[in-house]
Amino acid sequence: MADQTLDAKGLNCPLPILRAKKALATLKPGNTLEVIATDPGSVKDFQAFCRTTGNELVESTTEGNVFRFILRRTE
Amino acid sequence: MASKSMSIIVTKGSLDWAYPPFILATTAAAMGLDVTMFFTFYGLPLLLKKLDLQLSPLGNPAMKMPMAGMHMGMPNIASMIPGVDAAASKMMTNLMKKKGVASIEDLRAAAVESGVRLIACQMTMDLFEYTLKDMIEGPELGGAATYIEVATKSDINLFI
Repeated sequence: MADQTLDAKGLNCPLPILRAKKALATLKPGNTLEVIATDPGSVKDFQAFCRTTGNELVESTTEGNVFRFILRRTE
Repeated sequence: MASKSMSIIVTKGSLDWAYPPFILATTAAAMGLDVTMFFTFYGLPLLLKKLDLQLSPLGNPAMKMPMAGMHMGMPNIASMIPGVDAAASKMMTNLMKKKGVASIEDLRAAAVESGVRLIACQMTMDLFEYTLKDMIEGPELGGAATYIEVATKSDINLFI
């Protein structure tokens, strides 16, 4: 179970990233954020976001048209 | 590690062209970059308190809207008719809302909130007779030298 969940379904680029960044800022370091999105571009974007920011992409799964990510805040 | 930085010269203020700079600025800020946007010429009105963004299909052969399962462009002769720009702008705004694309107002607010530095071109302010009172809270005034100083220190410099 993630510490917090962000429903980003129906949102298009760059909103899933912007909302996730906002939500991550409210987490304690080490805690996790689950993001649920329907934007297919978010799969690559969350990888790039995590590589650049240093946050950890713990999980990235696809179920039909829904994309689920678990991000861990590192610092 | 010092954070990376990006600057964008924003020169276009139509509904469609307003997107790339604000999308890139807000995303870069979310990714930890220090971002500066320099608003000049037709980009400057994007800082006005009340936005009324319009686009024009005139002279834009690449603008093909999804309609009834196809993609429809508009011949210039039709684009010239009064009211067509307003209708096309309305259609684009509705399409964006339907597809979950953020409004420029929202992206601009996100840019301000995330600490993006906004510079309004002083020369353009004089040219088009605007003052900072016409603008949202946040922009500072600056000229070409102000931008160049930012650009020399930025990892990424874009002209849009």
